[in-house]
Amino acid sequence: MRIPCPYCGPRGNDEFTYLGDATVRRPDPAAPEASRAFHDYVYLRDNPSGIHQELWYHGGGCHAWLVVTRNTRAHDISDVKLAAGGKP
Amino acid sequence: MNAPHRLASGGLIDRAQPLSFTFDGQAYSGFAGDTLASALVANGVKLVGRSFKYHRPRGILTAGSDEPNALVELRTGARREPNTRATTAELYDGLVAASQNRWPSLAFDIGAVNDGLSRFLVAGFYYKTFMWPAKFWELLYEPLIRRAAGLGRAAGTEDPDHYEKAYAHCDLLVIGGGPAGLMAALAAGRAGARVILADEDFRLGGRLLAERYEIDGKPGTEWVAEIEAELASLPEVRIMRRTAVTGVFDHGQYGAVERVNDHVPVPPEHEPRQRSWKIVARRAVLAAGALERGIAFGNNDRPGVILAGAARSYINRYAAAPGRRIAVFTNNDDGWRTAADAHAAGIEVAAVIDSRAEPPGQFAALGIKALTGAQVSHVHGGQGVQAIDVVDAAGQTMKIECDALAVAGGWNPAVHLTCHLGGRPVWNEPLAAFVPGAVPPGMHVAGAANGALTLAECLHAGVAAGAMAALECGFPIASIMVPSAQDEASAVTPLWHVKESRAKSFVDFQNDVTIKDIALANQEGFSSVEHLKRYTTLGMATDQGKVANVTGLAILADVSGRVIAEVGTTTYRPPYVPVSFGAISGHHRGKDFRPVRLPPSHRWAAEQGAVFVESGAWLRAQYYPRAGEKDWLETVNREVAATRASVGVCDVSTLGKIEIEGADAAIFLDRVYTNTFSTLPVGKSRYGLMLREDGFVMDDGTTSRLAPERFFMTTTTAQAGRVMQHLEFCHQVLWPELDVQMVSVSEQWAQFSIAGPRSRDVLRKLVDEKYDLADRAFPYLATKEVAVGGVPARLFRLSFSGEMAYELAVPARYGDGAIRAIMAAGEEFSITPYGTEALGVMRIEKGHVAGNEINGQLTARDLGLARMMSKKKDYIGRVMAQRPALLDPDRPALAGFKPADRKARLRAGAHFLSAGAVATAGNDEGYMTSVAFSPMLGHWIGLGVLERGPERIGQRVRAYDPVRNGDVEVEICNPVFFDPEGARLDG
Repeated sequence: MRIPCPYCGPRGNDEFTYLGDATVRRPDPAAPEASRAFHDYVYLRDNPSGIHQELWYHGGGCHAWLVVTRNTRAHDISDVKLAAGGKP
Repeated sequence: MNAPHRLASGGLIDRAQPLSFTFDGQAYSGFAGDTLASALVANGVKLVGRSFKYHRPRGILTAGSDEPNALVELRTGARREPNTRATTAELYDGLVAASQNRWPSLAFDIGAVNDGLSRFLVAGFYYKTFMWPAKFWELLYEPLIRRAAGLGRAAGTEDPDHYEKAYAHCDLLVIGGGPAGLMAALAAGRAGARVILADEDFRLGGRLLAERYEIDGKPGTEWVAEIEAELASLPEVRIMRRTAVTGVFDHGQYGAVERVNDHVPVPPEHEPRQRSWKIVARRAVLAAGALERGIAFGNNDRPGVILAGAARSYINRYAAAPGRRIAVFTNNDDGWRTAADAHAAGIEVAAVIDSRAEPPGQFAALGIKALTGAQVSHVHGGQGVQAIDVVDAAGQTMKIECDALAVAGGWNPAVHLTCHLGGRPVWNEPLAAFVPGAVPPGMHVAGAANGALTLAECLHAGVAAGAMAALECGFPIASIMVPSAQDEASAVTPLWHVKESRAKSFVDFQNDVTIKDIALANQEGFSSVEHLKRYTTLGMATDQGKVANVTGLAILADVSGRVIAEVGTTTYRPPYVPVSFGAISGHHRGKDFRPVRLPPSHRWAAEQGAVFVESGAWLRAQYYPRAGEKDWLETVNREVAATRASVGVCDVSTLGKIEIEGADAAIFLDRVYTNTFSTLPVGKSRYGLMLREDGFVMDDGTTSRLAPERFFMTTTTAQAGRVMQHLEFCHQVLWPELDVQMVSVSEQWAQFSIAGPRSRDVLRKLVDEKYDLADRAFPYLATKEVAVGGVPARLFRLSFSGEMAYELAVPARYGDGAIRAIMAAGEEFSITPYGTEALGVMRIEKGHVAGNEINGQLTARDLGLARMMSKKKDYIGRVMAQRPALLDPDRPALAGFKPADRKARLRAGAHFLSAGAVATAGNDEGYMTSVAFSPMLGHWIGLGVLERGPERIGQRVRAYDPVRNGDVEVEICNPVFFDPEGARLDG
């Protein structure tokens, strides 16, 4: 697989580490029910067949965390952005 | 003297270059341009192996990588390779080959008894046998099965050759150098695209090398040479022969293996034996051609039965006659070409048995005997064809004498690579073949691989595909004419098996699968094509069923009353042909399996005779033995005692080191550590604990504040990369609004721990005079940027050993100089270098946790570090660490352990049981994490986690280690064994 890094261009997937769903948000630790929310945040993930927004870390390159939109069936990547936002 | 079946003239062999080789110890000769198989055919060798299960005599069936039978052991000694297809092994002078799977000899093989027992060895027999009596399994059945399994033998010694891995990028990858592929490469090459043309053969031309076709009025092989010359002249075109594209992967990535030096006895110096490629191509044209299939009939596996297209290959390309009197059995027009070519080469054609009523008119003039509407039902001859039985339309049987039978069952487009990304081929009724269905993105299929079975169609399709691919890459269409080729007959009427046959009719030759096995599978309910494959093993051998698959599922359709389109086909996965482990590993073997990281003092340590230990990818000095020391324990005890008595030095450069700076750096640290760093004064260090978000300890280290907005963090050696990734995740994903930057400087700094009562004295001699190292100016946990001989350095007063100690950091390129300077400065204090063992002993003596305790399964509370968990701020892991189960007072908690019998040895990994408790998992109360022999105490000590450990000090438990026959009674104690007040920190 090749992932188009915004800084480095298309690179082989061996330069990247996969983390998982990019749409989960770290819950507010001060909120009531934080324990439940954190449990879901740490352990529960959807496993969609199709479009998935996911985090990849370019550890073998520029160290950018990327939000990659990939189809989990066909693997085609339709979008890549920097997780931190902004442009390279 | 010519080999007996070598034709007097013709062929693409070089008769000026004779070669000698041996097969099963017998000497033969061939020519440059031969394969091992073609040379054996030329020498009249028909018997080349014994089949896997039934040990039936087998001969050469094909002329390519689809060969199921002619698997030989090639070469001898360390380069011996089993299961090599003789049909793709290029002949070289001195080649040595041997047949496989037979004992004592190929001609007389005891294993042939299996053929007689075949009714007990049908498909799936092993699901129904070897079950009783149960104890026979380990003693008898398994050893027997192991001996019987497999075909050839691996060399058993280290491969002396080396292998490479390489990358290539191109606009267009053309897979296959036959007519379609050549035209595609030419069309794209002329348009200016960067083209790679790969063919698994050692010559380009594909089927043109095996046929007597004419293109543009000249012989096909001459036309190929012209096209090849033009391609070679185009600077952006790269021709890769002997290169099989083995797999299609996502996003235009292709795997290929180049057999760089398989065709010479020993690779030239500095050249690899094989090279595996990752090719990134914007577009690809699959021009892989088609593979011929056979027909299943009685004893269709006898040596001398050969596929018709392969027969033409041997006759036309290699000038080798598969027999002296050949019969042809065909269900399509193509089989007639074999009769015509044999006839033209002067080989007697006994008859053409065409299962169809009407033979193609164009061959009538040859005067070859034709039996139409007829089928071959049986082959006579055990170790070679002697005669065949032919059944005519009326049901009458006649016997025809011959010594070879060419079988033409039709052609299967080589769709394999189109399936690697999940596409499924589609049945095409008129062609009676599967053609590509959905193809991988960016791939065009052209020629026979796409179901175009005539030469004219292939040439046309190649041009179209190449031009289209180049256009898609942004290159204009180049001027190119489609060459002219005669239209040839190509009609086929499917015939999959001959119903009149009684003897075994083989479908998958390599795994010995017959039509009876297919019928049995269906009868037993395994009627899905996927079940058929796994139950009968059809298609699961090293040839991946290239010859067998379609025939097998067509027969399945027949016996289960379905049409082929309904049955479907199994899919294909990489690699298309077997790939050696050498090519897969490339250089990464032995000590090059992964890079070795050497700390800056490595060369110096090696000079001292240090013994090294692998710590991840690092090679660290473990201990420094001196002459006369009888074992490592004596050495390590000396290093510990000397350091605690005076001073020692240890290279700790392998720790992770991270610079963190910015206006929000302090806030950032507060969020990633359990304790507070925003309160850390400039010029001080603090021990920090880092959790995972699930509340378990991830890492520990010390972080120093060099300036209000500049921090320097250390991590454990093992977790350096992981922590860096985590910090960058926290910054970029969780809190991108924070103004903080971080960079790994692990390899930029050499760092040495200088520990012991005389450590300050040593540092005073090293650090430039203007820096005050007195206790008040530089107390415990202070840090300062200093200089050593003018070289910028950093000094930290930190102690892992519990002694008064410092860590001195210099830029890594000064590391070698630094260790020598430290040793020189310390000489008057008898400074002792110490390694990882002594480092470990001292930290265990002081009850400091390290990697063994930070094992991912223990919390801060378990490790006695709950007081480090701030209640005033949020940090990663805080919420989940409060889960009730993690606050359970019965969770194993850190304690110290001493053997009740002080002379006994302790072992890490032992589990704790209360006295009298039965050794079961239910009674397991914890485990020992770290042990050491303490020279300061004179006996073994250990750290571990035990239920309510800290509350049970003074009690005794068993340290139970059944794996190493250990069972030691231990006394629970405080984990700080030595200097519990910490007085030694002040020297």
